[in-house]
Amino acid sequence: MFESLSSRFEGVLKRVRGKGRLSAEDVEDFLGEFRLALLDADVHLAVVRTFQDRIRERAVGSEVSGALNPGQQVVKIVLEELTAVLGGETHRLSYASKPPTVVLLAGLQGAGKTTTAAKLARWFKTQGRNPMLIGADLQRPAAVEQLQTLAERIDVPVFSDPTDSVSVARAGLAEARRLGRDVVICDTAGRLAIDDDLMDELVGVAEVLEPHHTLLVVDAMVGQDAVKTAESFHARLGLDAVVLTKLDGDARGGAALSIKEVLGRPIAFASTGETLDDFELFHPDRLASRILGMGDVETLIERAEETFEQVEAEAAASRLLDGSFTLNDFLDQLKALRKMGPISDIMGMVPGMAHQMKGVEADVDERRIDRIEGIIHSMTPSERANPDVIDGSRRARIAAGSGTKPNEINQLVRQFREMRKMMKQMGGKSQGAKGRRKGRKTRGSRTTVGGSVPIDKKKGLSLPGLGDAEGAGSFPVDLGS
Amino acid sequence: MGLRSHLSRARGALSSHLVSIRAAGIVEERTWRDLEDALLLADVGAKTTDELLSEARERFERNDEVDVEGLLGILKSVLIERLGVTDRSLATGGEPSVWLFVGVNGAGKTTTIGKVGSREVAAGLQVVFAAGDTFRAAAADQLATWADRVGSPLVRGAENADPSSVIFDAVEHAAARGADLVLADTAGRFHTKSNLMDELAKVRRVAEKGSGTVTETLLVIDATTGQNGLVQARQFAEVVEVTGIVLTKLDGSARGGIVVAVQEDIGIPVKLVGVGEGGDDLVEFDPVDFVDALFGVTAEI
Ligand SMILES: Nc1nc2c(ncn2[C@@H]2O[C@H](COP(=O)(O)OP(=O)(O)OP(=O)(O)O)[C@@H](O)[C@H]2O)c(=O)[nH]1
Ligand SMILES: Nc1nc2c(ncn2[C@@H]2O[C@H](COP(=O)(O)OP(=O)(O)OP(=O)(O)O)[C@@H](O)[C@H]2O)c(=O)[nH]1
Ligand SMILES: [Mg+2]
Ligand SMILES: [Mg+2]
Repeated sequence: MFESLSSRFEGVLKRVRGKGRLSAEDVEDFLGEFRLALLDADVHLAVVRTFQDRIRERAVGSEVSGALNPGQQVVKIVLEELTAVLGGETHRLSYASKPPTVVLLAGLQGAGKTTTAAKLARWFKTQGRNPMLIGADLQRPAAVEQLQTLAERIDVPVFSDPTDSVSVARAGLAEARRLGRDVVICDTAGRLAIDDDLMDELVGVAEVLEPHHTLLVVDAMVGQDAVKTAESFHARLGLDAVVLTKLDGDARGGAALSIKEVLGRPIAFASTGETLDDFELFHPDRLASRILGMGDVETLIERAEETFEQVEAEAAASRLLDGSFTLNDFLDQLKALRKMGPISDIMGMVPGMAHQMKGVEADVDERRIDRIEGIIHSMTPSERANPDVIDGSRRARIAAGSGTKPNEINQLVRQFREMRKMMKQMGGKSQGAKGRRKGRKTRGSRTTVGGSVPIDKKKGLSLPGLGDAEGAGSFPVDLGS
Repeated sequence: MGLRSHLSRARGALSSHLVSIRAAGIVEERTWRDLEDALLLADVGAKTTDELLSEARERFERNDEVDVEGLLGILKSVLIERLGVTDRSLATGGEPSVWLFVGVNGAGKTTTIGKVGSREVAAGLQVVFAAGDTFRAAAADQLATWADRVGSPLVRGAENADPSSVIFDAVEHAAARGADLVLADTAGRFHTKSNLMDELAKVRRVAEKGSGTVTETLLVIDATTGQNGLVQARQFAEVVEVTGIVLTKLDGSARGGIVVAVQEDIGIPVKLVGVGEGGDDLVEFDPVDFVDALFGVTAEI
């Protein structure tokens, strides 16, 4: 029922095709579509606004560079802003130095706490731990029976008592210590954030348990209220992370994005079904693509990156051919290479590379490249553009800055000069080759080192210009061919 | 007690949007944006919000006497009209009648059955509970607790028994004792899982194989649900003839705005509203109270 972002964008992209720069109006059109996509995915209105503002600020005017067409530019910005929020570290549960590690689960009614408690226990078992469960939900009918039934399936003990939740928590923790259990997971009753009495009770449980990890369990179907709820729980409990449940449905899960943006707390786990092994560490990128419509984000990113690489590489190529290739370009190429895998593998895979680069080859290992990067980073822009200015005192400064020895800098500069000379010769020979590449329409599989990056044309966007540039993106590969 | 009195606790804070709308005194472009925000934040959804506001704007522009309060009145009536003047009563008439409760996981099906049972028993009906959720851990125990509270019999099967046959047995049990109503629980399921949806269709068929008649199939939707609620409603309505919506957990701070789109889209009214975890926390749906609550104005009235 929801339009994917690609189909939403398509109309606007068509209109701005070929324009030199984006008007404020064009940007608003993009933002309008983007806003609808996010709202349909249950991203909180305020978060949608923040996104729009950030994108607007970057998109109108200044940043539209000559290299990309305006449509590409907006897509790039959208992607960067989205990944900035969704990305980040995966939350890993650390263990208490003095066991047991205590995990407290909280959330609204029916969010999936009890199921998550059992799933977590199972997960800890797979990590070689000995978990114990505490059933502190004495409110909901048969909540403890539910936890017990689940725990039996994974052979984990459950502690509960028909007293009150704070007493159960206290006694449960003592029991875990007595049994020498190294992880304790406490299930609690579902409660509304606006229910002060029940929130007080939960704080009481937390005071007794002093949990190392307090996790909010959030249903992926939840709408705009998610942020308010999460804020209230956070204010009372101090949340460490979120567990997102019911991702096996088709809810987009935009609320999770909102919680992450507003609370700054990561999503630790994703729950994807009713059976206890339907549980995994959370992958931010998957949620990104889900929010905007499956598959789209990857495609967008691929296309966008492809273009940037191509644009950059083309620029570098022309600098190379006229001899103005700099250490900056060299650094970019190194980085591009490294993205493709271990350098030694890549060198081996490139036809003719091993042969052409004889002598250089021996030096190419990961640590060496780290050092090269360090050296270049310690240079000033003018040194990078023209290494010939590097004299003794500059050399000493760079060496100090990068933790290397002055003779390593000499070596790098020497190799760079040689390389540039070699490239220039090759460039002279292959002027025609570049022309040929330009004429060839090979889009389906971009040739890169270590295999091709397939681009699914059917599901992909038809972004004007994105992905339409030719093989120049494989510039580093073409070095030796 | 009506919906309104149950909601007041949750609506202590007047929506900030409404405050600024009223403070401005006059209707300006800003007013429309604030109204839009209020509706979006209540989970009404972008598309429905757009439709509601265009309709309201049209009416507003036809009449130049209207001030802010008048505009709010217009928007409310647009909403109330959408929610319609439909019959929200629950049908009986079978021997016994069967009311089937369906919905996604954790929506509040089992609890709602407990509440409905309590209400119908109080109204003098003989009720039988059918523990048609044979899948989820301790689901039958949960329903058994409610049956005990209400003092009505429960028919249950073994773990992972065929839900159709459990419900069939309950219907026969009720028929043999001359009971009026079978309240049939089902396991929570996602509309995306076709095998589980097929199972539900079978439950619906088999429930009528004996002497009973399914007079209500109630789709239970959690008021915190966002835009996915609409997809749920469509899919469930396609597989079993949904006759009404139960909107649960409206005692929280979520406003349940998705049911505006749901009711319009599948043409099925919201019949009941859950406003708590207790046996009495069930009220009939009232469009006026609901719409007031959407704007967060209940506390003020
Ligand atoms: N499909 C699916 N169902 C889930 C998932 N997690 C939980 N559930 C189901 O959601 C329903 C509610 O889960 P519970 O674990 O009982 O939720 P809770 O938060 O403990 O509920 P209360 O204790 O009543 O507040 C059950 O039917 C679970 O089987 C999930 O990731 N996917
Ligand atoms: N605050 C509040 N909680 C409710 C309401 N209705 C149900 N609940 C709670 O929501 C949780 C889930 O309710 P259940 O009745 O178990 O939901 P279900 O749809 O049967 O769940 P599954 O069978 O696991 O799919 C329980 O903790 C209920 O007490 C309501 O109207 N208000
Ligand atoms: Mg529970
Ligand atoms: Mg149930």
